[in-house]
Amino acid sequence: MVEGKSLGSKMFRVFNYTFLILLAVMCLIPLIHIFAVSLSSNVAASAGIVKLWPKDFTFKSYEFVLSKGEFLLSLWVTVKRVVLGTALSMFLSILIAYPLSKSGRELKFRTGYAWYFVFTILFSGGLIPWYMTIRSTGLLDSIWALIIPGAVPVFNVILLLNFYRGLPKELEEAAFVDGASHWKTLWRIYVPLSMPSIATIGLFTVVGHWNAWFDGLILMNSQDNYPLSSYLQTVIVQASLTNMSAEQLKNLATVSDRTVKAAQIFVGALPILAFYPFLQKYFVKGMVMGGVKE
Amino acid sequence: MLKKNYKKQLPLHLMLVPGIILVFIYSYIPMVGSIMAFQKYIPSKGLFHSKWVGLKNFHYLFDMPDFYQVLWNTVFIAVLKIIFGLIVPIAVAILLNEIGKTLVKRWIQTLIYLPHFLSWVILGGVLIDILSPSNGLVNQFLGLFSIKPIFFLGDNNWFPFTIILSDIWKEFGFSTIVYLAALTTINPSLYEAAVIDGANRWKQTWSITLPGILPVIILMATLSLGNVLNAGFDQIFNLYSPLVYESGDILDTLIYRVGLIDAQYGVATALGLFKSLISFALVSISYWLAYKIADYRIF
Repeated sequence: MVEGKSLGSKMFRVFNYTFLILLAVMCLIPLIHIFAVSLSSNVAASAGIVKLWPKDFTFKSYEFVLSKGEFLLSLWVTVKRVVLGTALSMFLSILIAYPLSKSGRELKFRTGYAWYFVFTILFSGGLIPWYMTIRSTGLLDSIWALIIPGAVPVFNVILLLNFYRGLPKELEEAAFVDGASHWKTLWRIYVPLSMPSIATIGLFTVVGHWNAWFDGLILMNSQDNYPLSSYLQTVIVQASLTNMSAEQLKNLATVSDRTVKAAQIFVGALPILAFYPFLQKYFVKGMVMGGVKE
Repeated sequence: MLKKNYKKQLPLHLMLVPGIILVFIYSYIPMVGSIMAFQKYIPSKGLFHSKWVGLKNFHYLFDMPDFYQVLWNTVFIAVLKIIFGLIVPIAVAILLNEIGKTLVKRWIQTLIYLPHFLSWVILGGVLIDILSPSNGLVNQFLGLFSIKPIFFLGDNNWFPFTIILSDIWKEFGFSTIVYLAALTTINPSLYEAAVIDGANRWKQTWSITLPGILPVIILMATLSLGNVLNAGFDQIFNLYSPLVYESGDILDTLIYRVGLIDAQYGVATALGLFKSLISFALVSISYWLAYKIADYRIF
């Protein structure tokens, strides 16, 4: 909009900046508070005097958390699922999007194939049949239960195939003239040119695997196989809310493990806090491509 | 010629095979498996040997006293989330657009995108802590204005609104992205002309900015129609307790408890099928509308 120089216009600018900065601060303050609690002593945290700065600064909670066997075990499960799950999902997305980006003339049944995949985002069998299927394929209690059932992320495939379609046809034709196969064309031409898009869905996939907690909770019988998010769900949330009377729930924040919970929350959020700002350029582009393509 | 064409296409078909198989096993087999909604399903007997009971599971469901309350909770929470999930990001995007391309704007954007990337387990933990009635940050702040502590997560009058507000808080920033992109496509000369005509800021917003992004607004509104039964399982599961079942129990949490805690597989599947079928109809209508109105295609 054109900047006005009147008083009203100046007042609006002041209001607008203040309002938006407050909004941004509101997104950050809860995490700063949790961080401050995690670095405070139990006494200070239980007394409720910790606001946005640690009181009686101590690393005790982190030492306790990082020395807990279950915590480290679940962190290892998560590292495995992030690496294996992302690799498999990305490979399949890149592979599936390529044929689907062709026209019906270049690939017979193309529309049929596309609907075969898209139908799964429109309709699903529901929780129980999904669980029973995974159970009968023998994946329960194995890391593969967290990787294989969700290995084809249809949304990402759509995002990628729309990107592939925007690439200039001439490049592909030149490759074919030089005798390159589809396989070679995909990996040598399409993939290098689609890096912005691949970075976007890569970020979404990594974050998705890091954050996923429900599948671990119901598909793993033994707690030893829980990924970090499922483990955190049981120690931070479940321990707080399940089977508690109103009185207990009210006093929850005063129990002594408040600082430990805070430390665990912060460790669970840290990798994401560290990485997403650097990928902002990519996911903004990716969102726009996925949401509004004209 | 035909043979040559076939040979050229074969690798393309082959590339789809692994995906087709995986999707068949983990998406299509469960769809077939949902016929257990018409069975007294017993896992050891499997789908083929469990007893068929017709519509008994559905009758049981519709006779459950909680069912209608849960359905109402679901629609109420979901619809309010949809409405405010549209309005708030549009307003914030328009305000952000008023700030030129500055460092401040980039920082604000980075910060408001943040909660979107955190899971409801993490944010559940954060909210349980800061919303605590005894010494949570929020109630301490309200105490400054002599407001008595509010039990946001344990009081049925507050719970649904806590859910809606915290969901908007998590997602509004990320949702601004599409609107910000649409705003950049508005021709700046329109504003210049408006200023010459003496239009003030409000006038400019109403007659240039909003009409400029209206197609995107309509598209997002249409697509959100499919979420009328999605009140947000991840969020509610991590924030609710038996204290607030009355106002906060939704279809998905009920399916979870009936199916995986009480092991009434047939009933839970019936409930899931009920939800899937209605959602399927809604999503189909929304995509069809988006196609008709905004010429939107999924692929």
